[in-house]
Amino acid sequence: MLLALPLVLSSYLVTVFVLIFFYAYLGQAWNIVGGYAGQLSAGHAAFVGVGAYTAAVLSLSAGLTPWVGMFVGGALAAVLGAFIGFLGFRFGLRGFYFVLLTVAFAEMCRIVANNVEAIGGAVGLYITFTGNPRQFQFQDTRAYYYIALGLMIAATAVAAAIERRRFGVYLSAIREDEGAAEAVGVPTFRYKMLAMIVSSFLTGVGGTFYAFYLFSLQPNTVFGIPLSVEIIIRPIVGGAGTLFGPVVGSFILSPLAELTRLYFAAGGGWAGVHLIVYGVLLVVVVLFFPQGAVPWMKRALGRTRA
Amino acid sequence: MAEGLCAEQVRLPATQGLILDPVLVVQAVVSGLLFGGVYSLMAIGLTLIFGVMRVVNFAHGDLMVWAMYLAWLGATRFGVDPYVGFVGAAAILFVAGFVIQRQLVDRIVDAPHEMQILLMLGVALVLENTALVAFGPEPQRVRTPLTQAAVWLGPVFVDVGRLVTFLVAIALTAALWLFLYRSDLGRQMRAVADNGYGAHVIGTDVRHVSAVAFAVGAACVGAAGALVAPLLPFQPPTGLQLSVTSFNIVIIGGMGSVLGAFVGGLIVSVAESLGAVFLNPSMKELVSFALLVVILLVRPAGIFGRRAI
Repeated sequence: MLLALPLVLSSYLVTVFVLIFFYAYLGQAWNIVGGYAGQLSAGHAAFVGVGAYTAAVLSLSAGLTPWVGMFVGGALAAVLGAFIGFLGFRFGLRGFYFVLLTVAFAEMCRIVANNVEAIGGAVGLYITFTGNPRQFQFQDTRAYYYIALGLMIAATAVAAAIERRRFGVYLSAIREDEGAAEAVGVPTFRYKMLAMIVSSFLTGVGGTFYAFYLFSLQPNTVFGIPLSVEIIIRPIVGGAGTLFGPVVGSFILSPLAELTRLYFAAGGGWAGVHLIVYGVLLVVVVLFFPQGAVPWMKRALGRTRA
Repeated sequence: MAEGLCAEQVRLPATQGLILDPVLVVQAVVSGLLFGGVYSLMAIGLTLIFGVMRVVNFAHGDLMVWAMYLAWLGATRFGVDPYVGFVGAAAILFVAGFVIQRQLVDRIVDAPHEMQILLMLGVALVLENTALVAFGPEPQRVRTPLTQAAVWLGPVFVDVGRLVTFLVAIALTAALWLFLYRSDLGRQMRAVADNGYGAHVIGTDVRHVSAVAFAVGAACVGAAGALVAPLLPFQPPTGLQLSVTSFNIVIIGGMGSVLGAFVGGLIVSVAESLGAVFLNPSMKELVSFALLVVILLVRPAGIFGRRAI
């Protein structure tokens, strides 16, 4: 059904679906370390930024096609993820400490990107539109629709594969009670590192899509904390650590964000309204639906069947 | 965003070619130290809240920015100088903190860390963006006659506003110290921080003490915000950066340690001040992050931290 949808949608609605799929993809990538493993990273924008900048710089200065650049970007993001994970997990930094470490690294990336003139400094990078598919650019927005859909399905497949294997069981054990997991012989450090690397790699790949879909990169947006919030809020609302949580969360929140932006940001001065909505949503979800939408819907469905 | 924070941190002549001028270094250290009083006060508020409730107040910097806007409203609408108005800002934030604790934080004190963090993140988003809707994105700044004047302190040139800010912040820190160590309520607060269950068993009203601790923490940041408003141009996103800076400070100093927050505030401020001189001013925050990473590597419990994490 989703494959045929672009044939009937207006081009504006196609772009809304691109956002839904893309944020579901980023949310799913985050879900691997933040949801299944319960290591709350609040700095995933760092990986988007590293991936985006890598692919864009390679394309602009070395002429490397983003189709290859996206994997280089993903690999570099994974290296950064491994470094942050090493720092954080080596000392068993939990909860707040790990959150702060990830925020600190994202902020460091932002400051560095703002100050390195070779990658555009505070002005950022602009990619000229050529419409050449080799350059990850398409005349028809439906191409982006299918790529974003493919990304979302791929990340969900990765998460499903992890969930079914020992890897996934270990990650849930770490989330539920790390001490107990360690005591029964789960190599917690190794599996947290693996989760971090997979998650940051996928997020870095997403950065390439971000750069070549928007044609521009500014350090304050691509490394900023607001982007990290966008990434984590969808899986949280949908249900962190569940397979379809990020997807459901994105189907709820991405259109909502787009609507509030459309109605309030257009008027000028109301730019903050959609973030107020996010804030209220976070509070409501934490207080009333701490498990997120997917487990709640499952329970509701179970009740009607019984 | 970052540019707003740094421009006024160190008021110096152009620094080109003066890499190792000792006067410049002394000037930067003094300037950073004086600014650090506010950082200390802000971080003590955070560490107090964390110590008593084990909840990290992600809305800390946003509360501070609201205090800055209150000082700004007081100065522009009612002609109240922020060096007087900080009392009012602290009082308003005290009430706000009490309400936030009772209505929201109290419900999740026993929830997992992630849930607490997400709740506070939600509160932070609401506070930051209501400020954006109410006051707009333009950087604001509170004018007071004191920041126009300057005095020579030995070889260095110090503006009076910075000096007064420092002295008031230190006086408030001392008052807070007396409250925590000499008053009954302060003792109860430390008891809850030390062992919440034990304090409950011997008859401490933990809920009430927690609400007051959150309120006092918010009042600290309220006073700090109003005091720093004449020195630091601010806009709604400044809150997030102040939150991140206060987290840095308390981790460097040691989570839950009041002394650690005090010393950490001064250290981070001096480090940023020196960073603004020796690096690009917009890179000054990089210095405090580097400090953070070193601390996490060498001594994750922080300089004055006793507890294991």
